[in-house]
Amino acid sequence: MSTEYLQEVADADYKYGFVTEIESDKAAIGLDESTVRYISAKKKEPEWLLEWRLKALDHFLGLLEKNEKPEWAHLAIRDIDFQSISYYSAPKKKPQLDSLDEVDPQLIDTFNKLGIPLMEQKRLAGVAVDVVMDSVSVTTTFKKELREKGIIFCSFGEAVQEHPELVRKYLGSVVPRTDNFYAALNSAVFSDGSFCYIPKGVRCPMELSTYFRINEAGTGQFERTLIIADEGSYVSYLEGCTAPMRDENQLHAAVVEIIAHEEAEVKYSTIQNWYPGSADGRGGVYNFVTKRGICEGRGSKISWTQLETGSAITWKYPSVILKGDDSVGEFYSVAFTKGHQQADTGTKMIHIGKNTTSTIISKGISGGQSQNAYRGLVKINRGAKGARNFSQCDSMLLGDRCGAHTFPYLEINNPTAQVEHEATTSKVGEDQIFYCQQRGISETDAIKLIVNGFCKEILAKLPMEFAVEARNLLAIELEGSVG
Amino acid sequence: MLDIKNLHASIEEDGTPILKGLNLSVKPGEVHAIMGPNGSGKSTLASVLAGRDGYEVTEGSVSFEGHDLLEMEADERAREGLFLAFQYPVELPGVSMSNFLKHAVNSTREHQGKDPLSATDFLALMRENAALVDLDPALKARSVNEGFSGGEKKRNEIFQLAMLSPRLAILDETDSGLDIDALRVVSAGVNKLRQPDRSFVVITHYQRLLEYIVPDVVHVLLDGRIVQSGGKELAIDLEEKGYDWLREETGVPA
Ligand SMILES: Nc1ncnc2c1ncn2[C@@H]1O[C@H](COP(=O)(O)OP(=O)(O)OP(=O)(O)O)[C@@H](O)[C@H]1O
Ligand SMILES: [Mg+2]
Repeated sequence: MSTEYLQEVADADYKYGFVTEIESDKAAIGLDESTVRYISAKKKEPEWLLEWRLKALDHFLGLLEKNEKPEWAHLAIRDIDFQSISYYSAPKKKPQLDSLDEVDPQLIDTFNKLGIPLMEQKRLAGVAVDVVMDSVSVTTTFKKELREKGIIFCSFGEAVQEHPELVRKYLGSVVPRTDNFYAALNSAVFSDGSFCYIPKGVRCPMELSTYFRINEAGTGQFERTLIIADEGSYVSYLEGCTAPMRDENQLHAAVVEIIAHEEAEVKYSTIQNWYPGSADGRGGVYNFVTKRGICEGRGSKISWTQLETGSAITWKYPSVILKGDDSVGEFYSVAFTKGHQQADTGTKMIHIGKNTTSTIISKGISGGQSQNAYRGLVKINRGAKGARNFSQCDSMLLGDRCGAHTFPYLEINNPTAQVEHEATTSKVGEDQIFYCQQRGISETDAIKLIVNGFCKEILAKLPMEFAVEARNLLAIELEGSVG
Repeated sequence: MLDIKNLHASIEEDGTPILKGLNLSVKPGEVHAIMGPNGSGKSTLASVLAGRDGYEVTEGSVSFEGHDLLEMEADERAREGLFLAFQYPVELPGVSMSNFLKHAVNSTREHQGKDPLSATDFLALMRENAALVDLDPALKARSVNEGFSGGEKKRNEIFQLAMLSPRLAILDETDSGLDIDALRVVSAGVNKLRQPDRSFVVITHYQRLLEYIVPDVVHVLLDGRIVQSGGKELAIDLEEKGYDWLREETGVPA
């Protein structure tokens, strides 16, 4: 039922004019030097950034010519024609509705099930928000508080204008523009994204979330995020939202870079709920993301927590380079696939510094005819004395037409390293479902309970308000996804 | 309360018949004991009554409080007031006892047209019923049956029974795995739950349980049929003589 349901919700977007014709402010179809120059000029970028983009483009076109797309992921990808895409369009304007009464009740119903606050519902549904209570003014209050602490949190484009020295210093320092096929593409044509800088010794007083990033950067096809935590600082960053996100852009290739200096801590949480395609496997977003953080300084820490439920294809390995001694990297993931979705996700933990520690806990849940793979690399470099890793990859199958796969890679070059790996695959047992039913719980609710139990420890890592929505989202996604 | 007539059931997968013409009638407030050798079909009867998949009823009927029980889904039967204390309780990793029971209790309440219990009332109910079977409070905080000892699992079944206030409770070898003290506590709990409008079907191998939970009728299940019924003395007879004499009498091969 839920695929249909989401489909209906997603279709409602069109019915209610969420996605309108793209404005004329748009680069011509195709990709060459002029496309990149056009984008850079539109954004009034400095010369160095244009140069940077052009070098990335050069690299990308080279790979494209040699047909060196990543082939190793456990995914069946229909060929993407990179020359038939338009690489720049100004943020789309949504027609403004006057009140929530004008919004499709079914969409509102989903919002309510997800526990999305009213104000947020209005924003998502494109309802004009009143001036006093609106989220923009809330945003303004937040921004003032942030500014007082010296925290910079703005769109990437704004950062390029206002803080070019920071952008120039860190852009591409974690994910080089030649890193991989999609990172090269992103580096050449990235549209916008977020920028965040936490100064020395500052604990960011609130979760930085895309929720109050309103009107600053429409989630783009080629998003770029850069987060810098200076010495001894802390920030928790939330990306995404639980509401079903329909985007007519089939290809998403985002890049996220995180830099954590000495004793700094960055917690990055994601909920990804892009359009997964129709029930029979047509359409849907191809989500190829490069996310990487570097624990630059001693005792620094980067945590990735993600709940992945959307997209037709997900290809994503949030990683940590543990360079500073005593630094800590964590990856906590729940990936849920159903219908014809394919997910290939995992992490890379690169241990360079001494006594570095990494923890990987991945929970894959597959239903329908979906394929769900964990792919992870733990690499211990020669100098990483006393490095430790613990990995746990659990898969749960709902039904017998889906697949779960685990590909753990280990490269250990230091004899003092301690690496531990555990993996389990289980089927939601008929005996478990029957046990619940015997207590009066319906089959659907039983599956929800069992799956929620399975990912409990990961969901508990999400910030409070996100965790509640995440549980609700999982519940909605699970409805009727069995078999 | 419960009327089983000429019940025939077989394993769905290969058609092996297990229950072969079973008759049983339980009136409100009665306690019936079912005894019988391993593999005679006691748990199968419990499973068929509770609506577990994998069995096919080929003949006969079961009426429960005037409804056709076999027409209902497993969860519906539970909400109508049929409870099964499992011989082998199932573990639900990560599902907390309180969350599980909240779902269970409130689904049943909803079915009865009642509002869900408030958090306070629910917690009070948990406390009261845990005390009834002397359930370690720490267990309530854990995942359902996960890592519970054999005895703790059995105790937990009776705790859930108390939480759900069923009309008919089937206890499948609840006594096995309980130590002597636990057996006494759990039996006392069950006795407190006896009510004029609540019936019990107690499956057991041991007469000892029936000294605590005194049955109105004792039945012997042999090769998928009830071959003998009697008072509580029958259980004592069986304890002494075993089942062979019954096999001979009824012509069931060993
Ligand atoms: N799902 C099943 N698949 C295959 N065989 C089954 C199944 N359920 C029951 N049986 C078989 O049916 C017969 C009766 O089993 P059942 O569990 O009902 O016996 P029981 O009387 O409860 O025995 P015990 O005293 O050992 O608990 C056994 O031979 C058992 O192997
Ligand atoms: Mg049995």
